[in-house]
Amino acid sequence: MRFPKLKVEKRPLPDLKTKILWPVLSILIALGIGAILIAAAGVDPLTGYYHLFSGALGDVHAISETLWRFTPLLLTGTAVALAFRCKFWNIGAEGQMLIGATVATFFGVSFIGTPSWLLIPLVIISGFLAGALWAVIPAILKAKFKADEVVTTLLGNWIILYFVGYLVEGPWRDPTSLWPESPAIAATAVFPRLVSGYRVHIGFIIAIFFAILFFIVLRKTVWGSQIKAVGANPRAADFMGIKVTRVLITVAILSGGIAGIAGVNELCGTHLHMKGLGFFGGTGELSWGYGYAGVFIAMLGGLSAIGVPVAAFFMAVMIQGSRAMYRATGVPSPFFYAMEGIILVCLLLGIFLTYYRIRRVKG
Amino acid sequence: MEILTYTFFITFLAMTFRMATPVLLGTLGEAFAERSGILNLGIEGIMLVGASIGFMVTYFMGSLWLGIFTAAFMGLLMGLLMAFLSVTLGAQQHVAGLGITFLGTGLSFFLYRLFVAPEGGVPPTIVPFRPVEIPGLSGIPVLGPTIFTQPVLVYLALILVPIVGFIFYRTTLGLNLTAVGQNPKAADTAGINVFRIRYLCLLIAGALAGIAGAWFSMAQSSQFLPGMTMGRGWVCVALVIFANWSPYRILGGALLFGGIDALQTTFAALGVAFPYRILQMLPYIFTIVILVAVARRATYPAALLQPYRREG
Repeated sequence: MRFPKLKVEKRPLPDLKTKILWPVLSILIALGIGAILIAAAGVDPLTGYYHLFSGALGDVHAISETLWRFTPLLLTGTAVALAFRCKFWNIGAEGQMLIGATVATFFGVSFIGTPSWLLIPLVIISGFLAGALWAVIPAILKAKFKADEVVTTLLGNWIILYFVGYLVEGPWRDPTSLWPESPAIAATAVFPRLVSGYRVHIGFIIAIFFAILFFIVLRKTVWGSQIKAVGANPRAADFMGIKVTRVLITVAILSGGIAGIAGVNELCGTHLHMKGLGFFGGTGELSWGYGYAGVFIAMLGGLSAIGVPVAAFFMAVMIQGSRAMYRATGVPSPFFYAMEGIILVCLLLGIFLTYYRIRRVKG
Repeated sequence: MEILTYTFFITFLAMTFRMATPVLLGTLGEAFAERSGILNLGIEGIMLVGASIGFMVTYFMGSLWLGIFTAAFMGLLMGLLMAFLSVTLGAQQHVAGLGITFLGTGLSFFLYRLFVAPEGGVPPTIVPFRPVEIPGLSGIPVLGPTIFTQPVLVYLALILVPIVGFIFYRTTLGLNLTAVGQNPKAADTAGINVFRIRYLCLLIAGALAGIAGAWFSMAQSSQFLPGMTMGRGWVCVALVIFANWSPYRILGGALLFGGIDALQTTFAALGVAFPYRILQMLPYIFTIVILVAVARRATYPAALLQPYRREG
């Protein structure tokens, strides 16, 4: 293998223009590669993208549907970004979502007749605690035993997935239902819609709350600067007197908790029944792979409090739009799954070009 | 009753080797990548590409071997992309690997829907690899019907163990790639091409992961399903640590994992009155447990996660 005679050098200091230009350009390149996929399905790419974007943003109903998908995505994206910020590679948001939803189902089904003002906070808090607990285990295993959290959080997803499968196919199964699912949660546990007739519900406000909280934590709190210090260099942070383990554990609690609420959000805002294993291996029927999408969103958003909501919205558009494009043109709807990878790869190139430039050298 | 126990034992042992095969292949590949200093988290995605491409080529061309070859080749290309991102661009290896996994997972699902089974369609099947009896050896009691009556890929994976061991410990390449993973700067000074070695290791890791993935759709079952590798790529990332990056210990780890996996499958097949969903958790719990047990003592390649860039 011969490498061309190119010289890579660091840019002096990328200005804001460069910092925005390259990521945007890399997404455009990714959409260009996506056009090849659409063409491979025998559809004119412009027509395909027209249906994708108009299906996600074309009218009030479409926008409402996109915001309805945006809600859990913002939650999981924020959860993962927070964890990644201190290099706690939490890719277990899918499992944390599912366990949050499971515990919320327990309360939602058991306490039928409880008024909304009591039951809704109860399911949210229980979902938060369940997700937090499930995320703290890998954090402790990392702190105490140096067990790689990439592996433990991800394999944890499968454990929860089968556990959920066991519950809804066995002891929790609603005998009157044709497929495995739990009985419906109490009507008082259902998240009220913001505008009647549209699927956006109060989960949207909860998600915005956590996105703002993430912003405030990072920008305005000591804890936030500790998180950033641990992320930049754990050893140096330890030397500075920061209790690295404590930062790790507290981040895991908030990260897992937010992901748990994403699960509650899907239970009480969308499905109303606890559901089992999804068709796509590794995802839940209830979580729809939003936990994994959170990892994508966190990375696309550059782990920043501004970037993550933008990325979550973009992802919501891609998911909602891919469904619309499928209905209109027949391009398979996993289009957005493929785009996740294509965008990330292009983005890595874009980030590289933000900080480095390539020059040809002679000889 | 005695016959039942014997049958159970043989089924279990044969199943152990089959369940171990994909993780063995994948983990051997991961050992190449990590010994040279690159954490390859793309393995799960590369496996899924191998599973889907291998299945599709076999389905349309009717040749299992062409399917395996294409799966390996596509795995190699994914490895090349991983190398470009992590070696040439020096991207954060966690992020690059997750990107590759997203790419492989998503593309395999999209292509499957596009070319094989549209939404709501019935997933088609192929005729998968059948067990091949090794003449002379397949007659041995216990070993015959277990080790020596297996699909060819099982033999391939087992033979690779000493080959990889030989490469790691007895060849210049092996010494060089270990040097690159320990101290790339010193290796570079000694005249070893760090970039070339890391590229080569990721290509090997990719090809092996591609074959490992093809196992799922072409030997373990006869169809491709999205996400069908069921986290086995991540199991490989755990096993390579458990095995301390040694191919012989990888064989041990893979067989251990295969055993646990086979236990739950055999139990389910025998209709043991235990919720099979709970049994299905076992391999994952087991992997986490062994990772936690050894993680403290693991001696990671010193330069793992550090991109190498020549100064000046």
